[in-house]
Amino acid sequence: MQLIATLSCGLIFGLGLLICGMVQPAKVLAFLDVFGDWDPSLAVVMVAALAVSVPGFALATRRERPFLASRSFWPTRTDIDRPLVIGSALFGIGWGLVGLCPGPAVENLATLSPRVIAFVVAMGAGMALHDLWQNRRPMMIGDEGTLAAVTDG
Amino acid sequence: MANFTPVSATIGGGLIGLAAVLLMLLTGRVAGVSGIFGGCLGLGINDKGWRIAFIAGLILAPLIAGGVGYAMPSPQMPASWIVIVAAGVLVGFGTRLGGGCTSGHGICGNARLSVRSMTATAIFMGTAIVVVALTRHVFGG
Repeated sequence: MQLIATLSCGLIFGLGLLICGMVQPAKVLAFLDVFGDWDPSLAVVMVAALAVSVPGFALATRRERPFLASRSFWPTRTDIDRPLVIGSALFGIGWGLVGLCPGPAVENLATLSPRVIAFVVAMGAGMALHDLWQNRRPMMIGDEGTLAAVTDG
Repeated sequence: MANFTPVSATIGGGLIGLAAVLLMLLTGRVAGVSGIFGGCLGLGINDKGWRIAFIAGLILAPLIAGGVGYAMPSPQMPASWIVIVAAGVLVGFGTRLGGGCTSGHGICGNARLSVRSMTATAIFMGTAIVVVALTRHVFGG
């Protein structure tokens, strides 16, 4: 039951990305191109998504547990640390180069486009590289870089 | 702003928000695609089942839409192969280090008013805008 619900959520999420056009790297790049022929659509997508999710999440926090699981996995971290800043900047560079972030990249696998497949394989390699690097590095006190990937989403 | 599509952006954005809320309300999970995808690869904690289900739904969406006559056009990616691979590695490494992407930080984190996610969103949006400005208006075009 839980898996069917999760699959349905993935499906609704994917339909949303499809309808708003953000599966198209060109559409995303047109939003990021504020000095060119700017397309503000992605800002509207974010506002619309937040208009639903802000009250929705407020509702979810009031419940003791989710409907189909024993507990909720809310992110717990609140600190602004160096990995957050550097990681987000690196992600932004990659996103700006091609116009693909993880959601649309994975969804575009359905088109079997060789360029998308190359991007997703490279993305997986980048993630594995990060974890490999984190695991080799001696853990310092207060250093929870690896946990961030688990706790934020 | 000739390409501005506010109606489809509102509908699509609303559905994305709805999916994030439903996933949290029903299963207690954050709809962050980078984290879900990373977990599918066996990175971090070992709970692949729900992650694979979400990714399957995400990939099935355009196939179902195509089945009822709304085929998704093939993505336009004019960048060279080297740039595509480099961008993929940066997105993978960066989202893992930063703890999330456009969905995890940009929607779910911001929706629960997390300052951490607001900071991440401002940084990745900002750097992406700078990269596009440089590639299109300074070095390219």
